[in-house]
Amino acid sequence: MFLDYLVLGAGATGINLGDAIATLVIFLGLMALLKKFAWGPLMGIMREREELVANGIDAAEKAKKETQALLEEQKSLLKEARTEAQSIIEGAKKQGEATREEIVVAARAEANRLKESAVRDIEAEKEKAIAAVREEVVSLSVLAASKVLGKEISEADNSALIKETIAKAGEAK
Amino acid sequence: MDHTAPELHLDLGFMTLTFNLSTVLTLLVTAAIVFLIAFVSTRRLALKPTGMQNFMEWIMDFVKNIIKSNMDWKTGGRFHILGITLIMFIAVANLLGLPMGGIAYGSDLWWKSPTADPVVTMTLASLILVLTQYYGVKMQGTGGYTKTFFQPLSFLFPLKVIEEFANTLTLGLRLYGNIYAGEILLGLLGRLAGATLLGFVGAIVPMMAWLGFSIFIGFIQAFIFVMLTMVYMAHKVSADH
Repeated sequence: MFLDYLVLGAGATGINLGDAIATLVIFLGLMALLKKFAWGPLMGIMREREELVANGIDAAEKAKKETQALLEEQKSLLKEARTEAQSIIEGAKKQGEATREEIVVAARAEANRLKESAVRDIEAEKEKAIAAVREEVVSLSVLAASKVLGKEISEADNSALIKETIAKAGEAK
Repeated sequence: MDHTAPELHLDLGFMTLTFNLSTVLTLLVTAAIVFLIAFVSTRRLALKPTGMQNFMEWIMDFVKNIIKSNMDWKTGGRFHILGITLIMFIAVANLLGLPMGGIAYGSDLWWKSPTADPVVTMTLASLILVLTQYYGVKMQGTGGYTKTFFQPLSFLFPLKVIEEFANTLTLGLRLYGNIYAGEILLGLLGRLAGATLLGFVGAIVPMMAWLGFSIFIGFIQAFIFVMLTMVYMAHKVSADH
């Protein structure tokens, strides 16, 4: 036949059982070999990667949660610190007010005390000065009188006399 | 130029096994290529994949998606290795005959796609048939397995039985026909190119086009084979079908 050369399997008549067996053995053998040497390890590594990715996602989620919690904690701490600072400032203000009041009161009291003591001193000085002036006036009067009378009068008598006069003069005033 | 097959007859006494040595040779070459590709690309496995590992993982995911589109992964996961091996084996086998297609030594044809041999494709299809029945019984129990033949209507039972064999027949012969036809056309174009100078010039463009198309068909047929395998498997192993 003209086309006979085209028949690639030409010459084969009936079913080649040997070929079938060879195909089965070769294919199943190849599958077993590949399972042991190629697909097994490859599937193992792919599973490993899947686990790695899953773990990575889990870890990321956990870290995110942790960060969230930390953030909340920080926020609350900050809030607490703020209120505490506020209360401290307020306390300090109150204390300052009180101290000021105290100081003012103390200063006022001190001033009063000083004034009073000064008044007392002045009074005392005044008394002293008046007494001194009186003494002086007495002695002067005695001196003058003795000079006028030309005679010596006992100082004691004169003094008593003069004091009496002055007292009279003071009463008359 | 009548090509004959290099045959080896093995007499076992009660029967004679016939080996087409070119088929056995190309099957072995296919297996070796698939194994080398898979072996080399999974030598330096890393969590962060590089180079060939990416390619292998892409194939794995590809097959995984095929299975997932037919059944849930809990059931289908066990067919993953079968699917990957099938798709790579058939793809390489389909492409094997494209370069140096139809090399003959003496009058024997030695080099062709192993999948251009109906015995090979029907063997693979029969393997799938046996596996689907096996897993059907294993996962649904004998009762559940038997019941699938009487659903949705019991009088469809003969059709259901025929369906099993029709599925197998079409699964094997579809692959065989596609690859065989591709190689016939390549052989024709090769004859044309070898005949005259004018024929050589005229054959270049169609040859290139057909080679490209054959590569496409080779991959597509591998995909279809695995896809249908998983469809038939899903019919047998999941109760809702």
